[in-house]
Amino acid sequence: MRYVDEYREPKAAQGLLAAIRDLAAGPLRVMEICGGHTHAIYRSGLDQLLPAEIRFLHGPGCPVCVTPAVRVDQAIALAERGCIVCTYGDMLRVPGSRGSLRQAAARGADVRIVYGSLDAVEIARRESGREVVFLAVGFETTAPANACAILRARALDLRNFSVLGSHVLVPPVLRHLLKAPDTGIDAFIGPGHVSTVVGSEDYRFLPEEYGKPVVITGFEPLDLLEAVLMLLRQKAEGRCEVEVQYRRAVRAEGSPKARAVMEEVYRVQDQEWRGIGPIPRSGLGIREAFHAFDALRRYERDLPVEAEEEDARAYTCGEVIQGVKTPLDCPAFGFGCTPEHPFGPGMVSSEGTCAALYRYRHMDREVMR
Amino acid sequence: MCLAVPGRVLEITEDNMAVVDVGGVRRMVCLDLVTDVRVDDYVLVHVGFALQRIDQQEAARQAEQLQAMFAREPGGADGT
Ligand code: SF4
Repeated sequence: MRYVDEYREPKAAQGLLAAIRDLAAGPLRVMEICGGHTHAIYRSGLDQLLPAEIRFLHGPGCPVCVTPAVRVDQAIALAERGCIVCTYGDMLRVPGSRGSLRQAAARGADVRIVYGSLDAVEIARRESGREVVFLAVGFETTAPANACAILRARALDLRNFSVLGSHVLVPPVLRHLLKAPDTGIDAFIGPGHVSTVVGSEDYRFLPEEYGKPVVITGFEPLDLLEAVLMLLRQKAEGRCEVEVQYRRAVRAEGSPKARAVMEEVYRVQDQEWRGIGPIPRSGLGIREAFHAFDALRRYERDLPVEAEEEDARAYTCGEVIQGVKTPLDCPAFGFGCTPEHPFGPGMVSSEGTCAALYRYRHMDREVMR
Repeated sequence: MCLAVPGRVLEITEDNMAVVDVGGVRRMVCLDLVTDVRVDDYVLVHVGFALQRIDQQEAARQAEQLQAMFAREPGGADGT
């Protein structure tokens, strides 16, 4: 596949690894923010190919993992009162405080997986007698697409469509992580697809305020290896800045069109992050002008406002999401908590740290301990 | 979920949609988030939307650099 295969070329990987080995001097702990990177690192075994000094810390960048349990509870409540609830496939197995959407579907609720937000709009158009709620989660990558669904629904004058949103922003959660006295993070692999939308300027605060270099990176093995090399070069040359490795897709200004759509539909608000807690001005809510399409407004009186007590067995989930612990520190990992029966959200999405590690490394678990 | 995959635009249809070849599969993709996309362009496709046009010149430049990396260590390049 063009623009994929050439970034998986083993010979170039050997060359990059050799260059990395030459330059690696002392420990370098690199946090990859995005769950897509976590997945790619485990899939290609980069964590094992790189010299031991270079360690990846897995960041909070899986939108499914950080969606508050109450949002799942709310989706279930709406499905149970007869709405069609549409959502991205990964959200189905996420445990809320009273089970998952998949369990609700097994009890007869009408829950449907959509590939994209416009599929949900199409369902609302076709089933005009039913109320359709789109449980929409995402970072800056997916938020514009979800906003487009609202714009298109308005253009079609659909009265039976609304969005139950949980949209989160990358820069505020990084600031939150960096507030801890010793984060153990030396450098960042920046999120490639978020940056196609927001551009590279948004991360300047990392080198300027926190002294942490960032390389915005693509998702293939050679992309990640080149990014590690770029970080090592920054260190060797005494530089600390934002660089873009994913130059084929990321421009400094991002995508003005996508930013404009986000700006039109959303406003910045305080947001609860599952496993982390509330972070000021870290999420996107739907603007007043679109309240007819905001499920939180529309069904305000029928929705639970707080999740019940979270599953006590899942106690390391929050620390894993923040990169403080790895899934191997969790006693439930692989013993009880599996992708089929997840205790916590990190085991659900393929981009969740626990699920990525489970999928590619469960066999070596004893060896790794 | 933040996955985005590259595909080639085959046809732009009404309603600002496009038929995109993603790894041999034809998909309907919405162009509402991009400007100036033409037939034969490569775009990153994410949840049914074109997220960004791939800069083919930049990709070619990068490919050359990666080639140079490979040339750096002919002995180690055993294709494994
Ligand atoms: S393995 Fe399961 S219980 Fe443990 S941190 Fe991951 S999701 Fe939570």
